[in-house]
Amino acid sequence: MATDAMAPVATANVPKAKSELMQQRVRAARLFLIPMLVALAIVAGWPLLRSIYFSFTDATLNNLYGAEWIGFGNYLRWTVLESGTVRYRGVLADPDWWNAVWNTVRFAFWSVLWETVLGMIVALVLNAEFKGRGIVRAAILIPWAIPTIVSARMWSWMLNDQFGIINDLGMKLGLLAAPVAWTASADTAMTAVLIVDIWKTTPFMALLILAGLQMIPRDIYEAAAIDGVHPIKQFFRITLPLVRPALMVAIIFRVLDALRIFDLIYVLTPNSSATKTMSVLAQENLFQFNNFAEGSTQSTLLFLMIAIFTVLYIWLGRVNFDGGDR
Amino acid sequence: MTLNKLLVAMMASVTLVGAAQAADLSIVSGDTGNGLAFLRSQLDKFEQQTGNKVTVVPMPSSTTDQFGQYRLWLAAGNADIDVYQTDVIWAPQLAEHFTDLTEAMKDVVGNHFPSIIESQTVDGKLVAMPAFTDAPALYYRKDLLEKYGKSVPTTWTELEATAKEIMDAERGAGASELWGFVFQGNAYEGLTCDALEWVVSNGGGQIIEADGTISINNEQAAAAIDRAAGWVGTIAPDGVLAYMEEESRGVWQLGNAVFMRNWPYAYALSNGDDSAVKGKFDVAPLPAGDGEGARSAATLGGWNMAVSKYSPDQDAAIELVKFLASEEVQKERAINQSNLPTIPALYEDKDVLAASPFMANWKAIFEQAVPRPSAPTKTNYNEVSSLFWSAVHDTLSGNGTAAENLEVLEADLNDLKGDAW
Repeated sequence: MATDAMAPVATANVPKAKSELMQQRVRAARLFLIPMLVALAIVAGWPLLRSIYFSFTDATLNNLYGAEWIGFGNYLRWTVLESGTVRYRGVLADPDWWNAVWNTVRFAFWSVLWETVLGMIVALVLNAEFKGRGIVRAAILIPWAIPTIVSARMWSWMLNDQFGIINDLGMKLGLLAAPVAWTASADTAMTAVLIVDIWKTTPFMALLILAGLQMIPRDIYEAAAIDGVHPIKQFFRITLPLVRPALMVAIIFRVLDALRIFDLIYVLTPNSSATKTMSVLAQENLFQFNNFAEGSTQSTLLFLMIAIFTVLYIWLGRVNFDGGDR
Repeated sequence: MTLNKLLVAMMASVTLVGAAQAADLSIVSGDTGNGLAFLRSQLDKFEQQTGNKVTVVPMPSSTTDQFGQYRLWLAAGNADIDVYQTDVIWAPQLAEHFTDLTEAMKDVVGNHFPSIIESQTVDGKLVAMPAFTDAPALYYRKDLLEKYGKSVPTTWTELEATAKEIMDAERGAGASELWGFVFQGNAYEGLTCDALEWVVSNGGGQIIEADGTISINNEQAAAAIDRAAGWVGTIAPDGVLAYMEEESRGVWQLGNAVFMRNWPYAYALSNGDDSAVKGKFDVAPLPAGDGEGARSAATLGGWNMAVSKYSPDQDAAIELVKFLASEEVQKERAINQSNLPTIPALYEDKDVLAASPFMANWKAIFEQAVPRPSAPTKTNYNEVSSLFWSAVHDTLSGNGTAAENLEVLEADLNDLKGDAW
């Protein structure tokens, strides 16, 4: 995928009248690309094709190599009962799957929205000149540096209703009347997961936006200040349009990450149907239940959704990974 | 260059010779703290006796996590792990990846409870040797029951009333964090165990009977689960919906619960020096329901040792399993870890009873034990269990009544079953 998207960019720079030297360069470039392509084919391409293949079979974990081809049965199949009613089966007819899709989309939307807004604020603050900026920049990255499993486990204790510090603080400050069982109740489970994810990934967003902010030339602001443009207007008319390319790239990274969210939910609320996402459901079918083929089908559908979303986003959002608008 | 080659050859030969003499074994363990230290101490003995080296590979304490990982390793034919510790319900699901121990254990199987050996035998193949068995009990606070002149509840109705009365009175006296009853309400295998007890104790059947009939959708089962839903937020904290064994033990051991449903491992820990309830508690069989056929019921648990078919050191691994399942280790385990032995003779052993007097009663509890439906449902057990605990968790969380959720559960189980399990 990634290489296909990059290829036209590389060839677009080749002048029409190809000189001998140019052709030689292209040949050399291809040669240099081969190791990377081979590595990608082994570590990404092959497993992907295997997953897709398994989704068309009746494989189980105890019988991977003797799996038989059954066509689209794992996706959708139907039987007509004697009474004439049609019963649909398969992942596409499974309410659990659609619940997981909805959970994933909901999670991705809210987490990325909050991370973008908060990341932007943090980046703007860090972009300003102040004493100790280097230390603050490093410190703010700490949540991002902690492995997700560790931070999820840490938060699951902090959110515990009996010995969790969040409830303790909330009670002492008078914000909570009674301890809240954050991860247990279906109403708060998604909020709890969102809080932890936003805490963890805002720094990443801030870092990417900060890199974009630092590309903006200072003299534009000086000119605007001399013309007496209000800072808020400066932000919407200068900062936002100029940081947009970096922002778009940051958002797509985060959305792709959020759509395949697994670790955080697996640790915090593994079996709650209020937070079960596509990846969690696929893992459950693949390894916990005896449904390897069904899990492969779900993984394949997840892959397709992410692929379609990425293509649409790049196309509609006119994102250019070289930086700058197309 | 030649010198290097020589060195490499020498080193290789040293490792080869080493491997032939003493095996390097790996055993998985999802245990923590004391349990892990105990296992290590036994392994040290084994190392001394045999000269083999055993490495413990730590695993997450959640059995669901362990199972997923083991299944993956075994499906891939991983040769790194020689000995697996398996939950009592895993035998039918993982049987084909384990070595048949029938021949190697034929001298010792007769010492164990026949029902446990049977649970680990799949199609005539002994898949794993029992290391200890497990049956939960009702932990109660002696001091609080005495203070309020209450007897140990024998029915769930009594438990509710006693828990409520003591909780209200103690809270009035300033113990604001005290709860009546804690159990395992998180949506995981543990909830299947808890809920199976509620249902069986109320005469509601065993979810799926031994012949494969789906029996869960009945009024007594629904009544039992509805009653449990009534505990959440009244005598049990709302957070119980996220509790596993360790969270409930946490609340209990801080002295914040009148009753707890838990496995025997909590007994030794609750009597530890850092425990707020040390010497203030005792255990009894779980209460019975009040429908027709109501009785006390305890879900059968327990852990077993299995040898991976893919282990390169079969003999040494079998030796290790035999050692860990032996009377000697089980006795130590009963004394140090308060784990129930699978050898009936140990329930009359003086040293065991001196260290864990409660074990004399446990033989009775163990005889009331109910197996989870892992044998009739075969490779589908995990999915069955997940459907069951989800239906129960939904009911406990207030998403629908037990009757509604059990009706859907029955339909789902029928779909999963198809023509036969």
